Amino acid sequence: MYAQLVETGAKRLKTMEEMSPEEREFQEKVDAETKIEPKNWMPEGYRKTLVRQISQHAHSEVVGMLPEGNWVTRAPTLKRKLQLMAKIQDEAGHGLYLYSAMETLGADRDEEIEKLHQGKAKYSSIFNYPTLNWADMGAVGWLVDGAAIVNQVVLQRTSYGPYSRAMVRICKEESFHQRQGYQILLDMMREGTEEQKAMVQDAINRLWWPALMMFGPHDDESPNSQQSMAWKIKRKSNDELRQMFIDQTIPQLEFLGCTAPDPDLKWNEETGHYDFGEINWQEFYDVLKGNGPCNRERINTRKKAIDEGAWVREAAVAYAKKQKQRAQAA
Amino acid sequence: MSEWRLYEVFVRSKHGLNHKHVGSVHASDAEMAMENARDLYTRRNEGVSIWVVPSDTITASASDEKEVLFDPSEDKIYRHASFYELPDEVGHM
Repeated sequence: MYAQLVETGAKRLKTMEEMSPEEREFQEKVDAETKIEPKNWMPEGYRKTLVRQISQHAHSEVVGMLPEGNWVTRAPTLKRKLQLMAKIQDEAGHGLYLYSAMETLGADRDEEIEKLHQGKAKYSSIFNYPTLNWADMGAVGWLVDGAAIVNQVVLQRTSYGPYSRAMVRICKEESFHQRQGYQILLDMMREGTEEQKAMVQDAINRLWWPALMMFGPHDDESPNSQQSMAWKIKRKSNDELRQMFIDQTIPQLEFLGCTAPDPDLKWNEETGHYDFGEINWQEFYDVLKGNGPCNRERINTRKKAIDEGAWVREAAVAYAKKQKQRAQAA
Repeated sequence: MSEWRLYEVFVRSKHGLNHKHVGSVHASDAEMAMENARDLYTRRNEGVSIWVVPSDTITASASDEKEVLFDPSEDKIYRHASFYELPDEVGHM
């Protein structure tokens, strides 16, 4: 999940009787699975929630380039370097699809990015962890993109048209990310030295729990979920998505010949799902509040990129103006 | 980037098909819009031709005009081929 703890402003759900005629018509449309489009009437809370969620999602894509950028110059082969750059370029693209979807709600991209830089806007907690060895590139692709896919596949059915369409595009591209990540790990486990195999297990040990945290707090600790589900912005609850992810990931983990750092993880014959241990929620909230291992570094890198690129943007505007004047004079 | 104009992007996916709206980009001029659209929307052979159109030059129908615009065609069922029933003996037409 690239958006965690999205505020909806709602304390409890309104009943149909309590709604204004416009709200009722809107809710009926949502219930009938009719997509909401930019020019349609929508409750202010719906609009604000979407701006928060989509901007958080976009920021996550953009900040998500940084842990991988760390390895572009250190990739072990030219092939891996090209794959990594293609993946990073996709993430820039995903950020842009999402910012575009957000702008259809009347939000301004620069303003939302400014909020990120001031620490007022969130992005996924996962990107505040460092990428320490090459196997981290594999584990990020497999686990982090894998968790994102579980969430995003469901979001293709989100009620807001532009968001839903952005998700369709993103999902098409995302499976390349997960497969290239898993293949990095497979290669290391099959052909690597003992030291390289240990790197794979080390990467999984460090990223396993943060990947599970991506889905956000438990359903009963997630007061905004109910409203988001009623508006069909969210389609499945945090815990449901987390379980789906674990169930599909464990066989892949076993195929690698690795283990998860969770002594409570075991198959439950009765439920047909894996049982797993409790997440360290204190760590989750600490990272979300800005106190993870890399929060400050990530934001500083983003700010530096924007500030140091300012002259390029100014030059482009000056060039466009000059060309226009020339065309008018001719 | 807000001072950059917004362009809507249309891509023709294959020869013989219509251009289809795929999204939007910001750019300082049309040339940059074209380059950005290429990078953003056709990284995997998604198209053979791109149009970029300044968003503010598009006139769109408003959602509250839906009835005025589209209702009149709703009751003209005689405009559809299926309105005209032919005997089976005539065969496929």
